[in-house]
Amino acid sequence: MQENETVISESAGSEAVMEKAAGGRQYRWLSWVSFLSIIALWCILTYGKITSSLFVPSPTAVWQAIVGMAKDGTLFVNCWDSTRRVMVGWFWSALIAVPLGMIMARSKVVSALLQPIIEFARYLPVVALVPLTILYLGIDENQKYVIIWLGTFFQLILMVIDTVSSVDRNMINAALTLGASRWQVYKEVIFPASLPGLMDDFRLTIGWAWTYLVVAEMVAASSGLGYIILKSQRFMATDVIFAGLILIGAIGLLTDWLMRLLTKLIVPWHDRLDQQ
Amino acid sequence: MAECKLKVEHITKVFEEKNKAPLTALKDICIEVDQSDFVVLVGPSGCGKSTLLNIIAGLEKATRGQVLVDGKPVKGPGADRGMVFQGYSLFPWLTVQKNVEFGLKMQKVGTKEREETARKYLSMVGLEGFENALPKQLSGGMKQRVAIARTLAANPEVLLMDEPFGALDAQTRVVMQELLAGISRKTRNTILFITHDIDEAILLGNRIYVMSRRPGTVRKEIRVDLSGERNHNMLVDPHFLEIKKEIMDMLWQESQDAAMDR
Repeated sequence: MQENETVISESAGSEAVMEKAAGGRQYRWLSWVSFLSIIALWCILTYGKITSSLFVPSPTAVWQAIVGMAKDGTLFVNCWDSTRRVMVGWFWSALIAVPLGMIMARSKVVSALLQPIIEFARYLPVVALVPLTILYLGIDENQKYVIIWLGTFFQLILMVIDTVSSVDRNMINAALTLGASRWQVYKEVIFPASLPGLMDDFRLTIGWAWTYLVVAEMVAASSGLGYIILKSQRFMATDVIFAGLILIGAIGLLTDWLMRLLTKLIVPWHDRLDQQ
Repeated sequence: MAECKLKVEHITKVFEEKNKAPLTALKDICIEVDQSDFVVLVGPSGCGKSTLLNIIAGLEKATRGQVLVDGKPVKGPGADRGMVFQGYSLFPWLTVQKNVEFGLKMQKVGTKEREETARKYLSMVGLEGFENALPKQLSGGMKQRVAIARTLAANPEVLLMDEPFGALDAQTRVVMQELLAGISRKTRNTILFITHDIDEAILLGNRIYVMSRRPGTVRKEIRVDLSGERNHNMLVDPHFLEIKKEIMDMLWQESQDAAMDR
């Protein structure tokens, strides 16, 4: 009977794997179709002279802008400065949001103390906080990190609370009846059980951090992708603007892909129904 | 007379919510489980049996009354009252082996002893060779075997089982019932088992408490005097059928009353 059970679960498993693989192929194929359609449309509009090159630069012009930046060395410096700002600002968000969120999810007292402040801060537009950050912190790198932190922290902590609250109650009860202390329940059950959800939360908030980058580099910055986009507006250099946008998109996509890879490595036991 | 291991004294549970009439889930429940006894609580769905088990485990608080283990009142959850849940509640990130070791790890038992104890109980539930599997690779029956091994390995004084086989198919359920009957004979554990399946109750229990529908009360205590090994052949034993009819009549009356109320 034991063997039967194994056989049943194995055959069901391989079927699911095959179905998933087929779904994955179709998904990738469709992704390429949509991506290439946009590029095709872009080519038709520009090479067909339907739009003015002043408003929409051709793919060739954008490519030349990227090559130009690569040659004079600004490509790497700007990409790195922006990536570093996003990562440092976001890292501090995660570092504070995870433990605090875990405590808030499990303690009514701490939650009552902090929840209203967080809900309030969440609705403050980050752009409106830029003048204050400059007054308090000046125009150095810390001010940029704080902008990214402000943009992501209050969102992330609410997501962490939600993720931690949705840990299966029975799993916690099982641990308690096996003799786990309060601290052990946190460390051995709630944290590992939350990890798949936390990785998703991280992936989403890193994406948002990139959107706050332009806010951070809008004022008093002298490098970064957001900075070159804003600077190019003055010279009507739409090719550089496009190049900057494409670079932000590409780095974002790369980060997303890395986070997915990391998730697979950290929580290999986790099955996602919608995983591609 | 065997010594009394677990004593439930006048437990009453009232759920009170704002803007709602208070709901009495359990009313003055008194139960005794002797050392090494196998006691089953059987009752209709919604009679509060799970709530009662949670109160005994210390996961919920009673409105009135108390639970005693070896004469000492229960204050909260602890390793002395191990629990097996219907939904298995395994830790999906741990291997089968590490799941079974979990309780011992919480109690700071050394690695070597932990590994040996886990292996002993895994072999008892027939899962040798699956030590390194993850829970998601197992069928429902196998998951529940792991959960039983995990609870036994933590060495509880009393084993509480909350409809552990409720989610399994009929064939697997019979196999698991016979497995559990064999384990309880071997380990002499004190077990309190709840179910709404009458066959299961008679097959496993030495004593059965029949509960009424809400508010849950104990309607009757039945002693099961069946000699020999507990297995599926018992299902057609005349004494078995006699007890079954008695419980069915009682539960049927309950459902009639419930239907009249609606």
